[in-house]
Amino acid sequence: MPKDSGIGASSKRREDVRFLTGAGNYTDDINVNGQAYVHFLRSDIAHGTINKIDTSAAAAMPGVIKIFTAEDFAAVGGVPCGWQVTDKHGNPMQEPKHPVLAEGKVRYVGEMIAGVVAETAEQARDAAEAIELDIAELPAVVDMKAAVQDGAPKVHDDLPSNLCYDWGFVEENKGAVDEAIANAAHVTTLELVNNRLVANPMEPRVAIGDFARGTGDSTLYTTSQNPHVIRLLMGAFVLGIPEHKLRVIAPDVGGGFGTKIFHYAEEAFVTFAAKAINRAVKWTSSRSEAFISDAHGRDHVTKIDLALDADNNFTAIRTETYANMGAYLSTFAPSVPTWLHGTLMAGNYKTPVIYVNVKAVFTNTVPVDAYRGAGRPEATYQLERLIDKAARELGVDPIALRRQNFVTEFPYETPVAVAYDTGDYNATMDTLEQIADLSGFEARLAESKAKGKLRGLGVNCYIEACGIAPSNLVGQLGARAGLYESATVRVNATGGLVVMTGSHSHGQGHETAFPQVIAEMIGIDESMVEIVHGDTANTPMGMGTYGSRSLAVGGSAMVRATEKIINKTKKIAAHLLEAAEADIELKDGQFSVAGTDKSVAWGDVTLAAYVPHNYPLEDIEPGLEETAFYDPSNFTYPAGAYACEVEVDPDTGKVTIERFSAADDFGNVVNPMIVSGQVHGGIAQGVGQALLEGVVYDENGQLLSASYMDYAMPRADDLPFYAVDHSNGTPCTHNPLGVKGCGEAGAIGSPPAVVNAVVDALQRNGSNVTHIDMPLSPSRVWDAMNS
Amino acid sequence: MAQVSMTVNGAVKSGEVEGRTLLSTFLREGLGMTGTHVGCDTSQCGACAVHVDGKLVKACTMLAMEADGAEVATIEGQANADGSLNTIQQAFQDHHGLQCGFCTPGMVMSAAALLKENPTPSETEIREHLEGNICRCTGYHNIVKAIMAASGQDVTAIAAE
Ligand code: FES
Ligand code: FES
Repeated sequence: MPKDSGIGASSKRREDVRFLTGAGNYTDDINVNGQAYVHFLRSDIAHGTINKIDTSAAAAMPGVIKIFTAEDFAAVGGVPCGWQVTDKHGNPMQEPKHPVLAEGKVRYVGEMIAGVVAETAEQARDAAEAIELDIAELPAVVDMKAAVQDGAPKVHDDLPSNLCYDWGFVEENKGAVDEAIANAAHVTTLELVNNRLVANPMEPRVAIGDFARGTGDSTLYTTSQNPHVIRLLMGAFVLGIPEHKLRVIAPDVGGGFGTKIFHYAEEAFVTFAAKAINRAVKWTSSRSEAFISDAHGRDHVTKIDLALDADNNFTAIRTETYANMGAYLSTFAPSVPTWLHGTLMAGNYKTPVIYVNVKAVFTNTVPVDAYRGAGRPEATYQLERLIDKAARELGVDPIALRRQNFVTEFPYETPVAVAYDTGDYNATMDTLEQIADLSGFEARLAESKAKGKLRGLGVNCYIEACGIAPSNLVGQLGARAGLYESATVRVNATGGLVVMTGSHSHGQGHETAFPQVIAEMIGIDESMVEIVHGDTANTPMGMGTYGSRSLAVGGSAMVRATEKIINKTKKIAAHLLEAAEADIELKDGQFSVAGTDKSVAWGDVTLAAYVPHNYPLEDIEPGLEETAFYDPSNFTYPAGAYACEVEVDPDTGKVTIERFSAADDFGNVVNPMIVSGQVHGGIAQGVGQALLEGVVYDENGQLLSASYMDYAMPRADDLPFYAVDHSNGTPCTHNPLGVKGCGEAGAIGSPPAVVNAVVDALQRNGSNVTHIDMPLSPSRVWDAMNS
Repeated sequence: MAQVSMTVNGAVKSGEVEGRTLLSTFLREGLGMTGTHVGCDTSQCGACAVHVDGKLVKACTMLAMEADGAEVATIEGQANADGSLNTIQQAFQDHHGLQCGFCTPGMVMSAAALLKENPTPSETEIREHLEGNICRCTGYHNIVKAIMAASGQDVTAIAAE
């Protein structure tokens, strides 16, 4: 029987009521008394020298309050990067300055040159058009491989080249890998592109800066996944505001998918400008602006080799990737192609030696950073496309080849520095075969054929490292932050709880799922627990929501804080019941003395904590509030197996997704309804990457795919109903809930399934196509079929 | 600046607008009705969908002045008179048809317009109708399912959860 409350129940989401009635409180819904508006003049040139910015005419336009340029920001810092990667020679990466407003040069289309602050948004926009710019255009570099050739135009004149770093992992294994490949019975090689994407949460970014002259306090309202991180980065590195004088509020946020992790220059601008003009300053991004200012995702070009022995066992993997950083280093950009990608190259398989090389490159494009999955989709896509190709070359069943090489014993130390704690890859594959009805494929193939369509089946596995991460480990790897999470649990006198968490909810349903956990621990109704998040003034320190970490790390902090509460309430109950603390049991919201019928209710104990008339004041303090910081001891390793069936129209090359099935191991599951929803959304984004989405720049650095007219977002009629299953949970061994995280799985696991399916469809039709780069648009598929 | 007046969710509302002010801007900023969202500037996403004189309209494609004298319905007026969720809203909650909630007002208004014209739409009809509404969170599975459920169709066979 499914549970109707607590851990494992599909409790309906309480946040839905406000969203369904138009009562949400998104950042753009907030207006601060007396606010002014900023419009940013952005570069429409990808690379150029700024000779002159003449703001005199614009400054005289109606409503203009002040126009800011780089000069106004001379005394503050640049936008910082939060992760320093060390290259294969032991040297730190190249780290250019990232100014709030362009200084001397523009380096990508979309870079902010000036901020016009005016009484209304329209006046600010009108005045921005009146700024006279003299920019001498320079040759732009867009292609990564061209960017690292000798003589290529340099994005940053003060750096030796456009190479940010050349990373080798594990460098000591390189020789062994080369040797294994040279001696292999069979080597499969694949070159592929992991297409550049725009995250496109439906809510565009918004930032409102406010300054209170009376107290000298600054407040930033922003569309962020991690308000505390923004407070730290902006306060300490850009504007020099101590944390106690800076409050960051991220209210309801309309989706993030990674791109709202980063600290953006617009946030620093509005906070700075509000103080400078002594009025609140609001910026609301248009979608067109979002395309040229939100950090993009993916954008890798890779060559990968897989070595197999005569029995088809994997013996080595070697991969060489070019990763686009864009023009500047966004907050976590350097970590994505390295530590979030290289460490996952073992996949679900026991391959004895692996070598990963990554060259990160500056180009005259929008900065690139984490997008749902971040590095792990890139690793999965290469590996799972490659294994599929190997199976076809060897004439063996792709599922059988995978099963033969699965890791089956846990814990398992990979050759790429991570240790999987639990998993059962055969079990998820068994479930997949069932829910995808693979045995019925031949019949469906025949039906498609009768309609004149080509049908194909693609299967793949994935593993990801989530719940980022042990702070001491990531510190060694170059992170400039800790990656714990904190929670404060406040119990009120009448027994209700408020849980203040550093995890941020922007669609994940924390306000519903977290109370399920706390309520179950105490044995009270979920409605007695309220979650508070998204405001640095209300919540303790927090590292935020990304990397599928909220429940695994943030939830663990809540569990620890609630355990402290329970320990204290047991002491109070022991006093009230005149019993030994060790004999007190808490069940269904009642404290009882073991072996007796003496009991006291949760609410009476919490009341006693605040009305301590009969209370052990000499031993414990009144009140009930506890804080815990939880720092994970390892990553978590969700894994799964996905299957996709496509039909290809042989006349047009159009691909339709006919079936999509996902069998995932997320460890324990708190709210199955929410977890399935996360998988659905991830699959849609992965299918979007595989079939529809792709950023296109021309050779001059102009973004051609800059609106929903040119960048194809997945729509309802591009997608089918999905079959998803997460019944094979092998609980995580090192966090208190045994949870692994589910937010990114769908986006990681689905692109290779789609591409494998299309290649399968074409090969069944006699084509010798072995690979098509994403997105698999009709023209690309048609070209592949007809070449 | 010009004066406009319209009936919004049954109440007469008026305000000053510029010739270029969009209906979406007037609702959000002029009237403080922030349930109508703006997700794009190319009339593609449908987050701003409202009903004008009973027809589904993207409020970002209409000037506020064009709606002068019209009957406008927005997400704020969709709940039942007692404040409880209406059938469509309730189905969205029951079937987890929303995550971040940003596309949701447009989805609910779009679904309401569909069900008025076609009380029991098929899966395909729903998906085609939602062409103009982008959701980045849900992958549409639960939105389509919720609309089918709201129209009284049995959705138990559609992959659970
Ligand atoms: S805001 Fe109206 S369609 Fe996007
Ligand atoms: S629920 Fe987030 S965009 Fe639809």
